Amino acid sequence: MVGLLAQVLVSGLAIGAIYALIATGFSLLWQGSQTVNFAQGDFVVVPAFVMLGVRGLGLPLWVGVLAALVVSALVLGLLFKRVLVDPMLKHGSLQLAIATMALSIVIQNGLLDVAGGEAFPFPGINGGIDWGQIFLDWQSLIVLAVAVAAVTALNLFLGRTRTGRAIQASAQNPQVAVLLGIDVARMILITFLINAALVTLAALLISPIYLVKFNNGIGIGLSAFSAAIVGGFNQVRGAVVGGLVLGVTETFAATFGPDQWRDAVPMLLLILFVLFRPEGILGRREERRV
Amino acid sequence: MSRDHANLAGALGLVAAAAVLGLLTSPYIVYLLSLWAVYTVAATGLNLTLGYAGQISLAQASFVGVGAYTTAILLPHGWPFGATLALGALLCFALGVLLGFPALRVQGHYLAFVTLALATIAFLVFRNEAWITGGIYGIDHIRRPAGFTSGRGYLFLCLIVLALVSFGAWWLLRSPWGRAFIALRENPVRAASLGVVVRDYTLLAFAIGAALGGVAGALFAPLVQYIEPTPFALTLSFSLLLMVVVGGSGSFLGPYLGALVAVLLPEWLRFLKDYYLVTYGTAVILLLIFFPDGLVGLAERVLARGRTVK
Repeated sequence: MVGLLAQVLVSGLAIGAIYALIATGFSLLWQGSQTVNFAQGDFVVVPAFVMLGVRGLGLPLWVGVLAALVVSALVLGLLFKRVLVDPMLKHGSLQLAIATMALSIVIQNGLLDVAGGEAFPFPGINGGIDWGQIFLDWQSLIVLAVAVAAVTALNLFLGRTRTGRAIQASAQNPQVAVLLGIDVARMILITFLINAALVTLAALLISPIYLVKFNNGIGIGLSAFSAAIVGGFNQVRGAVVGGLVLGVTETFAATFGPDQWRDAVPMLLLILFVLFRPEGILGRREERRV
Repeated sequence: MSRDHANLAGALGLVAAAAVLGLLTSPYIVYLLSLWAVYTVAATGLNLTLGYAGQISLAQASFVGVGAYTTAILLPHGWPFGATLALGALLCFALGVLLGFPALRVQGHYLAFVTLALATIAFLVFRNEAWITGGIYGIDHIRRPAGFTSGRGYLFLCLIVLALVSFGAWWLLRSPWGRAFIALRENPVRAASLGVVVRDYTLLAFAIGAALGGVAGALFAPLVQYIEPTPFALTLSFSLLLMVVVGGSGSFLGPYLGALVAVLLPEWLRFLKDYYLVTYGTAVILLLIFFPDGLVGLAERVLARGRTVK
């Protein structure tokens, strides 16, 4: 029993750490440019298919990762911002949110048309540490380590470097940031590029676990939205805590609860938090502007 | 004729046109017209939430589902159709108040996320609670009310309900309540300073929108005569939202046009086969970028230009 609990806890933390990466990107876009990206889950599936495609050409995985990073930065970062977000934001963040729903439909059906409806296997890491009763798989441990390292690095970047602080300033108060001589437009672009990098990393880490399928983005997106809300929308650290809480709860529910209700767990957490603690675990209360 | 009256005349004109078309055309077109009426009712409800109260709801498909299952479950027990329709609408209104009340305490996109969660859970309930919903096998042999059993007859029933809904929505938007909705949309700060309680009106708009979703569902079940969970998944919520914005969010006739496009476009784009949804999604994004006020806004621009030329 102890062995099972430890294993469930570690794989829950691993999947939660990946949710944290996706939710962090989601929160950054939300803070940085009022972009509520309903296609965030699909953004994770796109680089996963790029990696698989490059691998299908017989090239090693790292070439695929590099290619996916470039494609993500160009398409999910630059193009997404220039072609969809910039023109739509003029019409309001509500209209932009709906446009990202349309984008989600385009991405999912585009992937279905190009790659088909099957779930493609993705190379992972086998084996693990065997301590008699307790067995921990390398896959989860490495995922956890990489994700934690990435989030820590991002936090250090945002908190300790000049560019990072400029990004935070631009998100919190664009008018003052401009007065301080910060190139706000550039900072917002960097935010989109960070999100592109985060979803690419998440794709690499999550694909061995969930496989690669055109509509995986729905489930991934729901979990990431919940993580962002549970942790606290207006804080990057919140997304991390939210991701971990969600990953562990989900994995425990999936192991010990009825399988047909597993998708309800992140949704129930989301509703409970909006009802009783809308600012999230770490978030601050938002002031109403009236 | 004032703009208000023009809107009502336009809506009733479309309903009348659909009735005439229904008399002249094939059973398949009759079915498409009925579907248009159902979608228009659901989208009109969503337009209250999105277009007038400025909140995204992703649960409209679930409300349609609640309406559809209420009718499908109670009809065999001898309930008259009018009663199941009313009960479905009432249930959705109550659910709307229950869910909207907490979600609307906080600003921003929270209603979008709460309704997203609700839509997922509602789908699981439809699928898993087989003792009441029939689970994945669904409920079949849903009978149509006496006098409206033929395809054409049922179209007329859908159109009668749509006409009543059109009139109701028109009356609501002209009433002090509706004027408060519009004031909210145009200038929330000023509306609040005039004593409009923003949250109460937003909640009311959301709950009435939900109730109209229930009405649409009650019409949908006997139309297709067989229901199962899939049509009430999140995809329908997305489609209904897109209908509202394609037609013109916040304009009275928007849902009528948006639903028409959603029903006709798959027929016109048949030649694209699998690429239909990619094309549709891309077209919607382009429309949103270039004509944020939808087809109604586009039409108004064209008309205004025509007038200035004269």
